[in-house]
Amino acid sequence: MDKQQAQRKNSKMVVKLMAIVLGMFGFGFALVPLYDVLCDALGINGKTSEVAAVYESVEVDTSRLITVDFITRINTGMPWEFKAKTRQVKVHPGEMSQVNFYVRNPTKSLIVGQAVPSVSPGPAALYMNKTECFCFEQQTLQAGEEVLMPMKFYVDPQLPKNITYFTVQYTLYNVTASAEVVAMN
Amino acid sequence: MTATTNDTHHDGPHDEEHHEHHIPTGIKRWLYTTNHKDIGTLYLWFAFIMFLTGGAMAMVIRAELFQPGLQIVEPNFFNQMTTVHGLIMVFGAVMPAFTGLANWLIPMMIGAPDMALPRMNNWSFWILPFAFAILLSSLFMEGGGPAFGWTFYAPLSTTYSNDGTALFVFAVHIMGASSIMGAINVIVTIWNMRAPGMTWMKMPLFVWTWLITAFLLIAVMPVLAGAVTMVLTDKFFGTSFFDAAGGGDPVMFQHIFWFFGHPEVYIMILPAFGIISQIIPTFARKRLFGYASMVYATASIALLSFIVWAHHMFTTGMPVAAELFFMFATMLISVPTGVKVFNWVATMWRGSMTFEVPMLFALAFIVLFTIGGLSGLMLAITPVDFQYHDTYFVVAHFHYVLVTGAIFSIMAAVYYWLPKWTGKMFDIGLAKWHFWCSLISVNVLFFPMHFVGLAGMPRRIPDYALQFADFNKWISIGGFAFGLSQLIFLALLIKACKKKGEPVSDQVWEGAEGLEWEIPSPAPYHTFETPPEVK
Repeated sequence: MDKQQAQRKNSKMVVKLMAIVLGMFGFGFALVPLYDVLCDALGINGKTSEVAAVYESVEVDTSRLITVDFITRINTGMPWEFKAKTRQVKVHPGEMSQVNFYVRNPTKSLIVGQAVPSVSPGPAALYMNKTECFCFEQQTLQAGEEVLMPMKFYVDPQLPKNITYFTVQYTLYNVTASAEVVAMN
Repeated sequence: MTATTNDTHHDGPHDEEHHEHHIPTGIKRWLYTTNHKDIGTLYLWFAFIMFLTGGAMAMVIRAELFQPGLQIVEPNFFNQMTTVHGLIMVFGAVMPAFTGLANWLIPMMIGAPDMALPRMNNWSFWILPFAFAILLSSLFMEGGGPAFGWTFYAPLSTTYSNDGTALFVFAVHIMGASSIMGAINVIVTIWNMRAPGMTWMKMPLFVWTWLITAFLLIAVMPVLAGAVTMVLTDKFFGTSFFDAAGGGDPVMFQHIFWFFGHPEVYIMILPAFGIISQIIPTFARKRLFGYASMVYATASIALLSFIVWAHHMFTTGMPVAAELFFMFATMLISVPTGVKVFNWVATMWRGSMTFEVPMLFALAFIVLFTIGGLSGLMLAITPVDFQYHDTYFVVAHFHYVLVTGAIFSIMAAVYYWLPKWTGKMFDIGLAKWHFWCSLISVNVLFFPMHFVGLAGMPRRIPDYALQFADFNKWISIGGFAFGLSQLIFLALLIKACKKKGEPVSDQVWEGAEGLEWEIPSPAPYHTFETPPEVK
């Protein structure tokens, strides 16, 4: 085999290997949506759906009573006060109910907040259907402003029989900086 | 393996007049070189300098931990030391050393005149010093270097890091590019340039293990590049890959990182397996036991390495089913690894063993790597890992597999092939001092870490509870002794590079077999310009 032939063979192989490299670089980023899809499908990280559920022809299962706890947490760097007005509700699966959360911006400047829900135990997250939630969008509070934020939900009657009690936690993040970036763009 | 060159004299002294190469002299020779032997030498020296640099940082760490309380450095600087020590040892010492050995040895072992892509080879080396200059310079800048651990978990590396993170990201990108180019070169060389008759199952195991390692590299280094890019955009450009407030997830960082990180572990140990499989048969004077099973074991370790990553994250609150899956998958790896250890032992069984310096390091490797493997098996057990997670037990585990594993194998390799490279036997007295001092001190250094880890001492802390004081004093003494022992190695290498010592034969070691032992010692600048016939 002469030199040119050998070089052609080598370059062909380099092209193929570079394709693997680029493919794997893409795969690294593909892991991001893949991770979300897997977590949604298996309900394994306690994330609830980010879109509002529709309450339509849901049968109420009066044979069971589910206890739902609501707790709140403020992330580091977030100066707001954040409380669950209703700490606990007992609901039948399929029954609509509403709970309220209180927030106040005690600072002297405008702050944008984002609440992120998390359900424990994780598998219950798949059955926590929210028709209305402050966590679907960012909250902007002027200096000193206080608001009562509603959240409407029902527990899917398909909820596995072994789950009788679950906790919904909202963590409030200060997203003022990134909201500004988005606004600028 | 039996192999002969058809005209060995071709590579002899009149090689130079035959080709009339104008080799540039001085620094230009090294800057412009495309010769696999020159580049191999550059890689090896670079790795050794990085080994000493990262080692100096380990000395700072051990000096601070010599007694409880804060004596020498600030906690933030301590964190920079643990972080940069890890990065330098992984990306600057172990990986370039293996690439250097690959450059020197693969063409000579498969009967090729050079690497397939010599110009890219020059590039892949010469971008490395820039990467590490960037990383090291960040230590001297305002705010200091990276302090979030070599694993750069978000949000430590995003929300809570300083602006120097951009330099860290850029340095990792360059290191990754260098590794990827090196790996592509290795694959193309092995695939296309084997001498006639050098069939797949006749390839020396060092070549086999490097081929598989190179595939691991091109599969996972791009994922690391992706991970650091996400950290960069999260920190500076307002994305939220790992920020829960923006819909991201910090736990996902760990999944992406360890999807790279676990195969990376095998990138650092598979070539070591290859080296040990070359050395043990030579000094046992027997053929390697179970050659084919060694090849298959290496391949199955590489494949399994892609499905075990989450054993680094047992405590992140994964579902039980996932914890069990990753536990069993991890334990499964000990089967092919066990095959290798038993094959090495079986090779020595009833062999005519002698204990030259490379063999001493290889034997130490087998025993001490197995200790590291066993502590790894303990860590694989999910409920047990909940206790061991982030303690010094983990530190003990990965230093046994990386220092007495990967680094001992590199030292074994250097002692084994150094006479072939220089044509002179190294200073055996110094080498034995180096071996025994290293062997004793490395165990004083790392073995007590198991105990303090089991007792609950967390890793990555500059201060600790009083009850760990005695063990830590011993660990630090072992650390200083191990650090000093490497200066013996430095002295030996300088002496060897000055070409002092007894001239050696072509075969060098009595039981050595393979194409590289059939060319003259020292290996001529150009070898196998006419491919040898392998029978």
